[in-house]
Amino acid sequence: MNKKYLREDIIRMSGVNPKKCMRCGKCSGTCPAYDEMEYHPHQFVSMVESGDIEPLLESDSLYRCLTCFACVERCPRGVEPAKLIEAVRLTAIRRQGANRLTPNDIPAMLDDEIPQQALVSAFRKYTK
Amino acid sequence: MQRIGVFVCWCGSNIAGTVDVVAVAEALKKEPGVVFSTDYQYMCSQAGQDLIVSSVKEHNLTGLVICSCSPRMHEATFRKTAQVAGLNPYMVEIANIREQCSWVHKDMPIGTEKAIILGKAAVAKVNLNAPLTPGESPVTKRALVIGGGIAGIQTALDIADAGFPVDIVEKKPTIGGKMAQLDKTFPTLDCAACILTPKMVDVAQHENIRIFSYSEVTDVKGFIGNFDVTIKKNARFVNEDICTGCGDCVTKCPQKKVPNEFNLGMDNRSAIYIPFAQAVPKVATIDPAHCTMLKTGKCGVCSKVCKANAIDYTQKDEFITERYGAIVVATGFDPISMDKFDEFAYNQSKDVITSLEFERLTNAAGPTAGKLLRPSDGEHPHKIVFVQCVGSRCDSCAEKGKEYCSKICCMYTAKHAMLTRDKYPDTEVYVFYIDVRTPGKNFDEFYRRAVEEYDVHYIKGMVGKITPEGKKLMVRASDLLDGKQLNIDADLVVLATAIEPDKSARSLATMLTASMDTNDFFTEAHPKLRPVESPTAGVFLSGTCQGPKDIPETVSQAGAAASKVIGLLAKDKLKGNPCVASSDELMCNGCSSCEKVCPYGAITYENKEFRMPDRTTRVRRVASVNPAVCQGCGCCTVTCPSGAMDLRGFMNEQIMAEVDAICK
Repeated sequence: MNKKYLREDIIRMSGVNPKKCMRCGKCSGTCPAYDEMEYHPHQFVSMVESGDIEPLLESDSLYRCLTCFACVERCPRGVEPAKLIEAVRLTAIRRQGANRLTPNDIPAMLDDEIPQQALVSAFRKYTK
Repeated sequence: MQRIGVFVCWCGSNIAGTVDVVAVAEALKKEPGVVFSTDYQYMCSQAGQDLIVSSVKEHNLTGLVICSCSPRMHEATFRKTAQVAGLNPYMVEIANIREQCSWVHKDMPIGTEKAIILGKAAVAKVNLNAPLTPGESPVTKRALVIGGGIAGIQTALDIADAGFPVDIVEKKPTIGGKMAQLDKTFPTLDCAACILTPKMVDVAQHENIRIFSYSEVTDVKGFIGNFDVTIKKNARFVNEDICTGCGDCVTKCPQKKVPNEFNLGMDNRSAIYIPFAQAVPKVATIDPAHCTMLKTGKCGVCSKVCKANAIDYTQKDEFITERYGAIVVATGFDPISMDKFDEFAYNQSKDVITSLEFERLTNAAGPTAGKLLRPSDGEHPHKIVFVQCVGSRCDSCAEKGKEYCSKICCMYTAKHAMLTRDKYPDTEVYVFYIDVRTPGKNFDEFYRRAVEEYDVHYIKGMVGKITPEGKKLMVRASDLLDGKQLNIDADLVVLATAIEPDKSARSLATMLTASMDTNDFFTEAHPKLRPVESPTAGVFLSGTCQGPKDIPETVSQAGAAASKVIGLLAKDKLKGNPCVASSDELMCNGCSSCEKVCPYGAITYENKEFRMPDRTTRVRRVASVNPAVCQGCGCCTVTCPSGAMDLRGFMNEQIMAEVDAICK
């Protein structure tokens, strides 16, 4: 996909304006999944802004974001990084055959502790 | 019929580059009333003005149209020229063919056509111009300064030194403001009290200054030169004139559990108190919310121990009305509330403090006598984290904090960090910053000293979350330059909180009809060229009520405001602006619409007797405009449903004639 088109698509899908970011890093300072991620919340914002999106699409960081919205809640500029990460994730799984989760994966993962809602939510997050 | 002269200016190539000035002068010759028309390269030059003066005499002109730059630029110049030529200065109209024509057009024919139309409109207006004479009003040679912090103190001293009487109204029991609470001041590290308290004493001893402490302004009427101000002196239950400030009552008062606001609630004071040792006036005040005598009628200890018999439990609030020529607003700032910032755990842990609280903790006169101790357990902290930009630079949609940079935090945080490391070399000090902003004389050198000489760890990144865990505060933050997330187990966290205008500023602005911005900072008459004047005539601004600033800036602004006040008070009479609204009483239907929209409070209604055609008299309610207060904005004229309100110099008739000339 065209780089510029991809950037605009993600911005439109997320409703986030990455230009509002003032590079304070509070999102990454607050992120509970920081150590699990290769690219951190503030990097998602700056890399989308600069159009450097391909590495994000390839990265496992997409699936390490818990969507806990701590970054959204605390961002002083109202940038909402989690929504941006969500849009990048959607872009990745919308690619042909890129579903992160299929119904066949479920039996192996089943655990009495997992609420049904978590499975529904996982499908919403990881499947086209 | 007027005899109008038209003068078209080239402004070098500024106008002549896009407008055919000769064609404009030629075209305007044909307009009704025009008897003379010419062009010249620089009309505002001495030669240009001489041309105008000689033409007026030669052609017996009664009105002038100058096609030139914006009236903001040279209207005053050409009005003076008209006066020299023996015309009323208000017989001049400017057609702005530079800013609104030549500068915005590239095409010569279009620019020329527009210039001709603008010139025609001005000619149509001058045909209806009438000579105007500004009114005069007297000046009361006394100034009021609202707020007794360093801004108010400096303004009052400067005005008083020039020989004019000044009153300071301060809502707290003492003057001194925020600066009295500070420990040391950047970038020279001189002690705030050592430089402030002598000034407070100067104020107290100055023959031209009166201090109304523990008082508020409750009403302002009038206009520049003649403000009638009502001051409410809150009952302090102590006779100010005889209290010696010995403090016996304070030591003997049995009610000692009142949070001490001077130390930001970090220790307690008694119900009768003197805020601090150097207070001015040094007079005790009883806090009625906590005094047992005032609440239950049973105590009276202070009255018994007072050797001067100054205690008066029956004292009532007192209202004083005084007339002033000028008012200076110096209401100052407050740190914002941390209630909406749960992530910093300010309300959960006593060891998360604001910078102002830190000032008190390190101040020799503070709750810990200057020893840096944790508020929770009184232990010496080893690891201290400073967080900058807390509540500053927030986007409006984040719904907390302020959009602006609070300006002083970078420097005072560097000061705190440096002083901590200097006094306690066993501490580890971290400063989390987004940007370090140090524009000021010796400011960046000061910050670099904190890093290079005092080993303060400056980390670029914001703190995301603070969690109290046992005796520690777990600080989670990002280090953007190293690409790491940090977890620091701190003993003490200091938040560099944003500052906001004092809460009293908004109601005061309403009383003064002075304008404010969306953050409740007072706005200046012009951000660059009139920075210490409010758009409301006679109201001046000093200190942080106008925007965040540090002490040196506040003091220089205070001096500037004082010099403006002195300039005003030095005059015996004030010339008003004759372009003011006036109401046709026969047409006025008494609806009050104009009174409601007037931003300056210039319109009042009065009942007047009118002779009716049948020779009876009838009392009608009609509007009347105070020409000394009216600023000629024109809000009332467009609001008036009956067309009774009109603006001199911009009569409805004149405006319509301009529109007709444009549309012809």
